[in-house]
Amino acid sequence: MLSAAEWAIIGLSLKVSLVAVAATLPIAFALAWLLARGRFPGRMLVDALVHLPLVLPPVVIGWLLLIAFGRTGPVGGWLQDWFGVSVIFRWTGAAIAAAVMALPLMVRAIRLSIETVDRRLEGAARTLGAGPWRVFFSISLPLSLPGILAAVILGLARSIGEFGATITFVSNIPGETRTLPLAIYSALQVPGSDGEVTRLAVIAIVLSLAALLASEMLARRFRHDDRTGHVL
Amino acid sequence: MSFDVDVARRLGAQNIAVRFATGPGLTALFGPSGAGKSSVLNMIAGLLRPDRGHIAVDGETLFADGVDLPPERRRAGYVFQDARLFPHRRVAQNLRYGERLADETQRWIGFERTVDFLGIAHLLDRWPRSLSGGEAQRVAIGRALLSGPRFLLMDEPLASLDSPRRAEIMTVIGRIRDELRLPILYVSHDRAEVERLADHMVEINQAIEDASHQ
Repeated sequence: MLSAAEWAIIGLSLKVSLVAVAATLPIAFALAWLLARGRFPGRMLVDALVHLPLVLPPVVIGWLLLIAFGRTGPVGGWLQDWFGVSVIFRWTGAAIAAAVMALPLMVRAIRLSIETVDRRLEGAARTLGAGPWRVFFSISLPLSLPGILAAVILGLARSIGEFGATITFVSNIPGETRTLPLAIYSALQVPGSDGEVTRLAVIAIVLSLAALLASEMLARRFRHDDRTGHVL
Repeated sequence: MSFDVDVARRLGAQNIAVRFATGPGLTALFGPSGAGKSSVLNMIAGLLRPDRGHIAVDGETLFADGVDLPPERRRAGYVFQDARLFPHRRVAQNLRYGERLADETQRWIGFERTVDFLGIAHLLDRWPRSLSGGEAQRVAIGRALLSGPRFLLMDEPLASLDSPRRAEIMTVIGRIRDELRLPILYVSHDRAEVERLADHMVEINQAIEDASHQ
């Protein structure tokens, strides 16, 4: 039903999204923890910066990434000098664009979950002999798991749909940066490719529905468990 | 001396100051709601830092000038008013939480004996949310005992229970006092409860007034 090229597009999209979410998750958790628990000057500024990708036009994010990761850019120059690699026009660049766009959604979901963790339980664990790190791994982290799972699903959905920042940052190269939304856009430019557009659009709908259903099932499961952390 | 406590802490508009030194057995910290009794327990457990003062239990200094043991090293068995069981762990895992962390030489009661003593063998596979108030409170007491504590802090452990359950838990606490011989600091606002259980009584309002006259 699907051509080899179409399967390759799906494969690339999933690879880009999974790498983006996996790399972002620890960063998103650290930021969420900082924003939920931290009391430091400049907290509002960090909060605003994290949320920028949610409100800026994606093309601006793509342009900023281009400046930062270009061969002479602050990050790109460093990558080139030390590792001899460049992410421009590469699938890794697409993953970076997806990661930046997914970050605010992931931070929000995890932060909500951390804020619902009853801190008195952490105190109870301390009195039972657990040091701060053990309390984190045995109490705080498991209790914020619903938010972490929600963040993964939201992040994947956002990454698979990412278009504007990606095409600005790493262009639209078949087999390298042409993810599902870019492939649909490209097919639309070619007269008589209605069939391909339809097939790709159906795939996008199926993937999005799967993500929504998965998050709903998780929310139900955790509601049933009476861990009040469901966030979707 | 079981409890030798002299602490002060300002919380918002409230000044909490209390001073007492009591012998072995059960010491009741008695006073109206909102007098800061729970804050005193939190200071002894290490969950709230006093502004000044000292805390020693059974001769070991937990807090003083230059000394501030973290809660995990104070070996307090803290039983909270609301049981405060870990919702993501079954009863058995709740009971084992502190037991696994305690040094072998610090444990003075085994799992089987604790479960037996409290009559909670039939609850081990249950989730905390499925327990009644009395059941949860017995599990919370077991969890505290299994962590190998040197003393117990009990914060109105009967407050959220109906009266048959209250009698049941009160019997358990009486047995801990008599059979396990652990220093207990027991917070309550109920005079009848305190008179039945306490070997010593500290009225916290009195203590606050004393402090303000100094």
